[in-house]
Amino acid sequence: MFVCHCGVNIAGVVDVERVAEEMRHYPGVVFSTTYQYMCSDPGQNLIRQKIEEEGLDGVVVAACSPSMHEETFRSVCRDYFSEYRCEMANIREQDSWVHESEEATEKAIKILKATVEKLKGNEDFEPILVPVEKKVLVIGGGIAGIQTALDIADAGYKVILVEKEASIGGHMAQLSETFPTLDCSQCILTPKMVSVSRHPNIKLLAYSEVTEVSGYVGNFEVKIRQKPRYVDVDKCTVCGDCEDACPVVVPNAFEMDREPRKAIYIPFPQAVPSTYTIDRDACLGLAPLTCAECREKCEADAINYDMMPRIIEEKVGAIIIATGYDMYDKSNLVEYGYGDDDDIITSLEFERMLSASGPTGGNIIKPSTGKPPKKVVFIQCAGSRDRQHMPHCSSICCMYTAKHALLYKHHVHDGEAYIFYIDIRATGKGYEEFIANVMEEERINYVRGKVAKIFREGDDIVVWGVDTLTGRKVEVRADLVVLAMALVGKETTRDVAKLFKVAVDEGIFLKEAHPKLKPVEALSRGIYYAGCAQAPKDIPAAVAQASAAASKALALISKDELEKDPLIAVVDEEHCSGCGVCISVCPYGALQRGSDGKAHCIEALCEGCGTCAAACPSNNIEMRNYRDEQIEKMIEVIV
Amino acid sequence: MSFEPKIVAFLCNWCAYAGADMAGTSRIKYPANVVPIRVMCSGRVDPEFVLDAFEKGADGVFIGGCHPGDCHYVSGNYRTRKRVIMMKKLLQEMGINPARLRLEWVSATEGKKFATVIEEFVNEIKELGPSPEGE
Amino acid sequence: MAKIAMYWGAGCGGCDVSLLGIHEALLDLLDVLEIVFWPCATDFKYEDLEKMKDKSIDVAFYNGAIRTEENEHIAKLLRKKAKLLVAYGSCASKGCVIGLANLSTKEDIFDAAYLHNESTKNPDGIVPQEKAGDLELPAILPYLKTLDQVVEVDAVIPGCPPPTPVLVEALNALLEGKTTFGKEVALCDECPRKDTKPDKIEITKFYRWHEKEDNGDCFLAQNMICMGPATRAGCGGECIAANIPCTGCMGTVSRVKDQGASMMSAIASLMEEEMDEEKERELIASIHDMVGTFYKYSAARLLPKGRLKDES
Repeated sequence: MFVCHCGVNIAGVVDVERVAEEMRHYPGVVFSTTYQYMCSDPGQNLIRQKIEEEGLDGVVVAACSPSMHEETFRSVCRDYFSEYRCEMANIREQDSWVHESEEATEKAIKILKATVEKLKGNEDFEPILVPVEKKVLVIGGGIAGIQTALDIADAGYKVILVEKEASIGGHMAQLSETFPTLDCSQCILTPKMVSVSRHPNIKLLAYSEVTEVSGYVGNFEVKIRQKPRYVDVDKCTVCGDCEDACPVVVPNAFEMDREPRKAIYIPFPQAVPSTYTIDRDACLGLAPLTCAECREKCEADAINYDMMPRIIEEKVGAIIIATGYDMYDKSNLVEYGYGDDDDIITSLEFERMLSASGPTGGNIIKPSTGKPPKKVVFIQCAGSRDRQHMPHCSSICCMYTAKHALLYKHHVHDGEAYIFYIDIRATGKGYEEFIANVMEEERINYVRGKVAKIFREGDDIVVWGVDTLTGRKVEVRADLVVLAMALVGKETTRDVAKLFKVAVDEGIFLKEAHPKLKPVEALSRGIYYAGCAQAPKDIPAAVAQASAAASKALALISKDELEKDPLIAVVDEEHCSGCGVCISVCPYGALQRGSDGKAHCIEALCEGCGTCAAACPSNNIEMRNYRDEQIEKMIEVIV
Repeated sequence: MSFEPKIVAFLCNWCAYAGADMAGTSRIKYPANVVPIRVMCSGRVDPEFVLDAFEKGADGVFIGGCHPGDCHYVSGNYRTRKRVIMMKKLLQEMGINPARLRLEWVSATEGKKFATVIEEFVNEIKELGPSPEGE
Repeated sequence: MAKIAMYWGAGCGGCDVSLLGIHEALLDLLDVLEIVFWPCATDFKYEDLEKMKDKSIDVAFYNGAIRTEENEHIAKLLRKKAKLLVAYGSCASKGCVIGLANLSTKEDIFDAAYLHNESTKNPDGIVPQEKAGDLELPAILPYLKTLDQVVEVDAVIPGCPPPTPVLVEALNALLEGKTTFGKEVALCDECPRKDTKPDKIEITKFYRWHEKEDNGDCFLAQNMICMGPATRAGCGGECIAANIPCTGCMGTVSRVKDQGASMMSAIASLMEEEMDEEKERELIASIHDMVGTFYKYSAARLLPKGRLKDES
């Protein structure tokens, strides 16, 4: 029994000496002590020393949550005996950090007794060895997905990259220039996109979604549904004749609906795969065929209205989710008139305005008049850092707003730019210098205060804010207002998370296994995260995280065999009546009826949830190391 | 001395247990009457455990699992929900207030919710008094 | 000659009758057995039993539960006088149907039986007394007890009453001095409808026996509650063969302590997986009597100290 002080984290509340003393006399405990930091080297050595000196055959470390250090202490014990002879008792996160002294100490003693009882019932098991599929599935073809796919492919392993839209590129493809270098976004992105399309190890499935997942780490089976483009990718020359001929006009989401596109379209000129696509929902009709103008005009004979969706089945060892972000809908902002005015636009819409290939040809205009705006107000934290909307900081808005103001001034030399901000967050390399330049050199008016209301009056958009540094109310009559909308997780990320059984938080960002030490892993083994799907971040951070996720996936698939948790269900087949309750209940199909009519558990499929054990009306199914008698003993000592 | 309820909590590893950890990381205080037993899934909780706990003198039993649709093992929590509804009906017929058995969905990020429901539950049991079976 | 005794506590008499289930074999048995005490069949008095030497009875069978002081007294006597004491039948081992009385207090039971029910007119409120003049009747205990709550029991023959094959196996084993017998597998193993079990059962409604036409398939597959999965095999599935779902009279296999909770867990687990919560509640509420359905024979185990102070 090793009771950790954890500095004052535990010892400051729980009377660790008393706890150790009480446990000294508990049946089965031969040695009991306290120590400052059990997870430290000397702490771990103390365990080794005592195992040798006292001939221990079981170890309980009463400290933080097992999610922190169960593996740490088990790997110490592995040198001497089965890792299952080591259990952790959580007396920090679920005790000292949440209770008062006296009751925390009493509870600690109960927790320790229960843990000892569980430990006494544990049996030694060897991990189950399973083969590993040396292939990775990447979901999301934005910069993060692209980077992670390239890293894995360059390491020599096969990657399947699935992208929902017709082209990879994500939001980065919509950007004009990127901070702080003002690199042309498409220019640095497109070479990577092309690399993806050319890489022999990458199978790119664009216009596709994952529909089904089964299996477990090292052996995932996925079904991917590829939508039909009705255009043969190999034949299309991207000449554009079909587009000219198409009579249908719909809003172009890539241009933030500020420009139309045809039903047959290419998302942007540098799209990868380089091909046109027919948007079935916009098209006048494919079955029955209504128009067929595009096929008429296509000299490459690339158009095929009979294309069907394809279901592609793949086996992969690891999965990386890089589904990116969405902008918080401006219609949520009541104070800003729901953003429902031509001259109140979002930062992404402004980005498209800046782009030479965008709806305004790179000219900054006041949308309602078409003339250059002389006064532009940029509002940071629109929907971010706000208890009514999104509580989090969206990380990139301070930087891109400065960039927007700078570029605006370069376009409209006699224009005036105002930026309403709460704080300026410029933590990256070269960021502070960039902001300083924007503030001083470019003479942009930074006003520290939230905007209370914006509304139209005649030709102007009136902005009512406050300058907290002078304590005065501020009114600006602007031509154009740009809202730095909060970054949020996508609704579709929620669906993906559900499919892979990983958690998302209220902002629909993927929950990592540990926010500090495991920022790219899901709690479920074999699933990793990259990019804004996990949390808002800038491009350097997304690229870094993508490489991190790749390295994690590579560590997994570079092994020939993976160890599968042996704590699975065991059926007492001799006494099985064949009632079939467990077979009906198992979500993995791990329990199957044999030819003898009895239930059999397939080791490789069982995930160890225990639902079958609870359901079995003959109590014939045991969960290894979570047996009924262990749990009943724990209940007894607790109550 | 006022009545201090004895409550056993079955917390699923992936959601409720992690949520309880999060309450700790966030340093949110709640009463210490509840002692946790970590199970891999709330679906592991056999109704026999619940009755066993009451028989042994528990004043309340708490089961924490993942939100419906989010179970790490797909469907364990759906089974738990149905089992708990049945158990509550049985407890009522036995003469035990079904409120002594509480099922809550607590995700790994809901530290605050965990602390809040535990506090609520403990106060509720305090009001009900010791379990009739314990007497 | 082996000396045997058979006593009926609080029971229906069916267990005594069940001995006749072994038919002519009874005559063979009578060649090797000496019945020293059997109030149901012959005229024995308490003093006959009291006079016997301790441990002079080889096997004493006790059927019926313990509901009166007399039941308890004889149980203790038989324990003294017998080498092996066997709980015969469901009443003695788990309380059986009459164990459901533990859901009520003695006062409530008297009230319902003698004072306030539709077919009784008892304006003077006359109820049985324990003493009238110098006549005494054994007191009715405040709650029903099983045999093992009063004395140590060596063996159990389950069933209501014990089915003939179970009885035959038990008697043969006991004659050899063995106290462990019986199958350790649930009824589904020998159920005549076993082959009709589908791979997946999903219950969407609960039908009572009279509410649905029986199509010959596994009752659970037909959404009728059958206690078979939580009930010890041995009877050969007699009730199923007579087109009635099992109600659980044989009790459980040794591993299971709580028959009702075991079966409830199984039934809940078989309900359609992604059911709307509202529908779930309705569906479960449609089972009108949880204790009567799942603890029909083991209510005395659920409430071993009788009715709880009701706070529901």
